[in-house]
Amino acid sequence: MTDALLTISDLSLGFRGEAGFAHILDGVNLTMRPGEIMGLVGESGCGKTTLARAILGVLPRAALELRGGAIGFRGTDMLADGAAQAAIRGRRITFIPQDPFSSLNPVFTIGEQIDDLMKWKSPRRGEGGRWPALLAPYGRSRRAADRAAVIETLEAVQLPQPERLLRKYPHEVSGGQRQRLMIAMALLPEPDLIIADEPTTALDVTIQAQILGLLRRLASERGVAVMLTTHDLGSAWEICDAITVMYAGQDVEAAPVTEFFRAPAHPYTNKLLASLPDAEGGGAMTGIPGEVPDFLAPPPGCRFAPRCERASAACATRPAQTPRGPGHLVRCVHPVAAPVHAEAEA
Amino acid sequence: MTEPILSVRDLHCHFPVRGAFGRQVGAIRALDGISFELMPGEILGLVGESGCGKSTLGKTIMGIQSPTGGGITFEGAEIAGASPRAAKDRRARLQYAYQDPGASLDPRWRIGRSLEEPLIIHTGLGAAERGRKVRDILAAVGLPESHLERYPHEISGGQQRRVGLARILMLNPKVVILDEPTSGLDVSVQATVLSLFRDLREEFDLTYMFISHDLSVVRMMCHRVAVMYLGRIVEIGPTQEIFAAPKHPYTQSLLAAIPRIGGPRVVDTFWLKGEPPDASRLPKGCRFQGRCPHATAICLSDDPALRGAGGSAAACHFAGEVSPPAPIRRALP
Repeated sequence: MTDALLTISDLSLGFRGEAGFAHILDGVNLTMRPGEIMGLVGESGCGKTTLARAILGVLPRAALELRGGAIGFRGTDMLADGAAQAAIRGRRITFIPQDPFSSLNPVFTIGEQIDDLMKWKSPRRGEGGRWPALLAPYGRSRRAADRAAVIETLEAVQLPQPERLLRKYPHEVSGGQRQRLMIAMALLPEPDLIIADEPTTALDVTIQAQILGLLRRLASERGVAVMLTTHDLGSAWEICDAITVMYAGQDVEAAPVTEFFRAPAHPYTNKLLASLPDAEGGGAMTGIPGEVPDFLAPPPGCRFAPRCERASAACATRPAQTPRGPGHLVRCVHPVAAPVHAEAEA
Repeated sequence: MTEPILSVRDLHCHFPVRGAFGRQVGAIRALDGISFELMPGEILGLVGESGCGKSTLGKTIMGIQSPTGGGITFEGAEIAGASPRAAKDRRARLQYAYQDPGASLDPRWRIGRSLEEPLIIHTGLGAAERGRKVRDILAAVGLPESHLERYPHEISGGQQRRVGLARILMLNPKVVILDEPTSGLDVSVQATVLSLFRDLREEFDLTYMFISHDLSVVRMMCHRVAVMYLGRIVEIGPTQEIFAAPKHPYTQSLLAAIPRIGGPRVVDTFWLKGEPPDASRLPKGCRFQGRCPHATAICLSDDPALRGAGGSAAACHFAGEVSPPAPIRRALP
């Protein structure tokens, strides 16, 4: 597709350590369009965060071993060109961390930290210039314009009294407010893509509803694409346009949100949905027996095969992405048939 | 009518806020008049936002915090403010499962040693008997015997949870307080851990107090639910009733915040604004007034008491009369 914002093709990487090579991402394919909110869903240890960090280029370089594949962002090859990636990071792609409690420096006021961000990553910052980057002056007019943008954005994320807030220290504000701050700081450089790494796991359900609503509203108002990594299918349903499911470093299924919940095709996706406690009470809650495979010696082919009751000898080679419907791709030799009665409900 | 195994009457736990020279300038009312009863064999869910006093309540019942007022009766004996010696006897029968089992196991001890420790402290069993008991309980929580030789960091989060539970079951407790037993677990693991809780309750005849912020889990596990807000129970009743017809506006908004896959999007319709006020500066009157969509003059002046009929009660002047506000549809492009 030509209009893609972010294209990840056959990305394969891992880390070399004392115990050997841990193959974390194994042939991941993913496409995001501009302005799309995509949910990257998977359990802990499935490679969501590694993928997010690979896009940003902040994986530990000493242990990292790239085995192939490419990450393209607006025509830039993020893996080949380190300088281009550094220019994009924090400006065109920003990040909302999982834990709002540990992602602000406790010894500086919130205002100082936002000023630091704006000094380097403000959209009004000119490129190059005659000064070396560290000596470049932070001009008064740009500072004033940046400050106005900060106040405006803090109001947009519904933080009360932004002027006073900037003089506070991080411990003086609550978790929900800190996460609003994180969203504001991710929006301030006016990026094309925000990677939100489990932004609501540390928050209460009432605050989660507020934060997710805010994220969706601001993203659609400003035309920003959001990659929301989450293990919670409920919050993915709330705000996502499309969902990609990962299992043990492989993408297993990708679909638009209604199609995904109406007719999940991969056995893993089905089991994941069956594990959810039913909001209407009851619910079988089967769980998935077994454990996520060892990344040092992963099973060949489909990594879900050892826990899958549909597995056969054919699963030893990784199935290709097979289209199941408009925008619905699944990687499985034995996909689950779409429920018949669902047509009537949908 | 059976006797309650644990009853809590008007329990208060205030933490002093000190200013200059140690002068007390205020108090954080972590628990502010909590009363409930726990029947044998029952699972009571305790839900609320973080900072509402759920964990403080659990810890006060255990005697980790001493209450500043009120009473706790366990198996017919008053236990609030008991001496450490008396507390030791009862700790075997009243157990607390910590929120993070990974952090509550000694990282330098093998699992087997951690499991054996309570038996050494509380019973006079010999080494061979202790070993047999450890292996029995380990099998009951569904872990292989090889795990006895492992260190806590070598096992997964779900397995740590099982070890934490095994450690509690060693002493044949009657009441177990589970503090956020599924936080930090994946849904597929959560499902298996929850069914383990159910099986163990049958097998060992346990009574649970289930502290959680996850309402869908509480709905599945608990017989009764108590909803807490800022140190007070605002609604208590049978699970079915609370989930079918919540009476308190706070309960109504908590229930409305759960995402329903396939249903209407909560983010479009959610009405509850803001966050709980500071527990050291509670407003006069109802403590939910600042966020309540139905607040009137009486809510600003009078603090509503927990009142109700039968098994259920709510602390609201308009309990049962209010319904959630009509969804505010925000236009989404």
